[in-house]
Amino acid sequence: MGDHEVEALLRVADSCLVLAQRLTGWCGHAPALEEDIALANVALDVLGQARGLLTRAGELEAAGRDEDALAYLRDAPDFRNLLLVEQPNGDFAHTMLRQFLFDAWAVELWPELASSTDPVIAGIAGKAAKEAAYHLRHSAGWVERLGDGTDESHRRMLASLEDLWPYAGEAFLDDDVDRAAAEAGLAPLPSSLLAGWRARVEAVLTESTLPVPPDPWWQRGGRQGRHTEQLTRLLAEMQVVHRAYPGARW
Amino acid sequence: MSSPRDTVRDAWDLLGQVPDPELPTVSVVDLGIAREVAVDGQRVVVTITPTYSGCPAMREIEHDVRAALAGRFAVVEVRIVLSPPWTTDWITPQGRARLTRSGIAPPGVRLLPLLTGDRPAACPRCGSATVEELSGFGSTACKALWRCLACREPFDYVKAH
Ligand SMILES: [Zn+2]
Repeated sequence: MGDHEVEALLRVADSCLVLAQRLTGWCGHAPALEEDIALANVALDVLGQARGLLTRAGELEAAGRDEDALAYLRDAPDFRNLLLVEQPNGDFAHTMLRQFLFDAWAVELWPELASSTDPVIAGIAGKAAKEAAYHLRHSAGWVERLGDGTDESHRRMLASLEDLWPYAGEAFLDDDVDRAAAEAGLAPLPSSLLAGWRARVEAVLTESTLPVPPDPWWQRGGRQGRHTEQLTRLLAEMQVVHRAYPGARW
Repeated sequence: MSSPRDTVRDAWDLLGQVPDPELPTVSVVDLGIAREVAVDGQRVVVTITPTYSGCPAMREIEHDVRAALAGRFAVVEVRIVLSPPWTTDWITPQGRARLTRSGIAPPGVRLLPLLTGDRPAACPRCGSATVEELSGFGSTACKALWRCLACREPFDYVKAH
């Protein structure tokens, strides 16, 4: 198994891990108890997906790193997540729009990964596909309710859209790593997921009385390890206990 | 001496007494989490499957399965298999009846389009079909919170998955 394949796997695994960490930031702070529980549930699913993929990436890398080593002992430039998921939570509208843009990608990605040539990845993806569909139902519902809600909720959704849209397209930009992974049948080519994602996002935004922004120059680099300073802060919090007490056990 | 078939049945019987940590009125057999049992002499191999990727109870289930079989078999091996993915279609008729008796609605009809959901067939308390969703996410990964409009009681619903 080549480095390119491990790298391609980390791009998905890290996106899930970083999003899970962001979502847990809502625990105890969501606007309603039901949403607090919902966000924690989504975070748990996405974390579970990340754990499976990180474990598999460690096995394929064959350098002795397990899921913990990969999650807690890498620095920001070693992370391969989408820039979208490291964006701060902002308000509830911002978090829900970020989740929606992610879920709309995830529901395209997982069914493809479910037919990966790697049976372990295929198994993880088969479960994740069902979970992502449920998450999408929830996040799309909130984008519609807030976008087509009060003047205030519409204004906030609009502001979130302006803020997050430039990060939405990175998931669909191919590079050599992606082409190698696709060649090996490990993962789909990112660009092949764009049409489905775009159709769904445009339909939901329109339903939400939100404009579909024109394609900007998509912000990119996360999948190659070039991150915003937001990731460094996130990792500092996520990794602090593990790094302070190496090898500690419950 | 018991026959191999008897020992397999013994293993299933013991597994049938292992409650799910998060839905303790049903067993890991009722839920379809315990998938396969293979016995070879004093060695038993149990295949279990996680429900949701984020289900935090998986390790506990593995531990409970070991503990339940340890008295009967010298060697207990637990294998975790992901594929094909667990579905609520594997919940047994007995499991569904037990859920209902404990006030939890079993999975209802799944509606296919991605953005529409599934719904419980009836309120587990009074049987009314007039029910509405309160929240798509509940106290555990596998449940949603619903309310009956007839008896006005809220209830847990195991989502079709
Ligand atoms: Zn009722």
